Amino acid sequence: MSRLHDMGGRFGDGAVEPEAEDIKFHADWHPRALALTVATGAVGAFNLDMSRHARESLSPKDYMRFSYYEKWLGGLANVLTQTGVITREELAGSVDPAPSPLSPRKLTADRVAGVLAKGGPVERPSNVAPAFVAGDTVIARKFAENADVSGGHTRLPSYAAGARGRILRLHGSHVFPDSNAHGGGEAPEPLYAVVFAAAELWAHPEHPNDEVVVDMWQSYLTAAP
Amino acid sequence: MPHDHASHDDPHALLPSDPALRVKALETLLTKKGLIDPAALDEIIDTYENKIGPRNGARVVARAWSNPAFHDALMKDATSVVADLGFYGRQGEHMVAVVNTDTVHNMVVCTLCSCYPWPLLGIPPGWYKSDAYRARVVREPRKVLAEFGVVLPDDTAVRVWDSTAEMRYLVIPQRPAGTEGMDEEALMALVSRDSMIGTGLAGRP
Repeated sequence: MSRLHDMGGRFGDGAVEPEAEDIKFHADWHPRALALTVATGAVGAFNLDMSRHARESLSPKDYMRFSYYEKWLGGLANVLTQTGVITREELAGSVDPAPSPLSPRKLTADRVAGVLAKGGPVERPSNVAPAFVAGDTVIARKFAENADVSGGHTRLPSYAAGARGRILRLHGSHVFPDSNAHGGGEAPEPLYAVVFAAAELWAHPEHPNDEVVVDMWQSYLTAAP
Repeated sequence: MPHDHASHDDPHALLPSDPALRVKALETLLTKKGLIDPAALDEIIDTYENKIGPRNGARVVARAWSNPAFHDALMKDATSVVADLGFYGRQGEHMVAVVNTDTVHNMVVCTLCSCYPWPLLGIPPGWYKSDAYRARVVREPRKVLAEFGVVLPDDTAVRVWDSTAEMRYLVIPQRPAGTEGMDEEALMALVSRDSMIGTGLAGRP
């Protein structure tokens, strides 16, 4: 357990509150926060993994007290500053904003439909050969932490760290977030769906036949002895 | 005025404390820097408020129920099959369909953030993004299901898919009894958003 966003399996949260399908947002500023984040991302100053890492690196105090879209705003302001797109002085409003050299890449209204429809696929050719096939037994890395960068980004949830699972399917090779979030390049490698028995993850599983499937990059896995 | 952030000096703490003003301040700044077109923001909001939502996924489910060849193709390569229906794009570049049966009930979560198949279901509901759902559904899926009014038979296993990567999962709920002969439009009406996340079942005709 390294950061608060890694909350799978945590005790103590209350009931889940279902809501009707037509409720999209819960405050007038929510859609604006979403759109602002999407539009800024389209400029290409940072990648998806940097953006996620920025949200997940909010201080524990902020992460817990912020509502969902406040986390987005906090992450956005931080990553824009860290990448030098904006300055602290501009954020604070103490200086007049300087025009950005990235402005030619601004997402204009006429390009929105095309950009949203195009998305940002992350499947890539890779020179890392798949080491596992469906049915293989594997062990997830002991530490749910980035192997190269202390406190760095990872998509290995702590509840599955060290657990024994079985390869369900190979998803192809995908951009490796643990590298891509830290300027290490896309470093694509095989990505698998790995299935874990609930009893492998929890001391008191609800039902002996229940399972959890986690998408895991090859670097997170070793062959079970 | 900076808000109460005595504990650290993160850049975001320089923004106003009221979240509505925070959005406005950031939008104004980015507009002045030439990085944001406010009209583009309106367009993005219109897309996710009015154009992309769970009826897309319902069409996929209804077609999978009524067309075995479509079902088989969907199971082999959901991404290209749903893209052929026009459902592709941001947060849905890599899709996998998982089918509920008498013996397996699938549910989807993203414990680390809130990954969700936007082109098929729109933006995620509040509860999907909540701490309670993210924390609990991997450990106690049946208690969570009960909060949605769903109780599974004891011989049905629950398989929870944690979307930690860019794969996006669509649950194909079981086709309800008594729907033989119904056309795609009528079947679609039985497919709720929650049934495609796995916190609900398809409706009865």
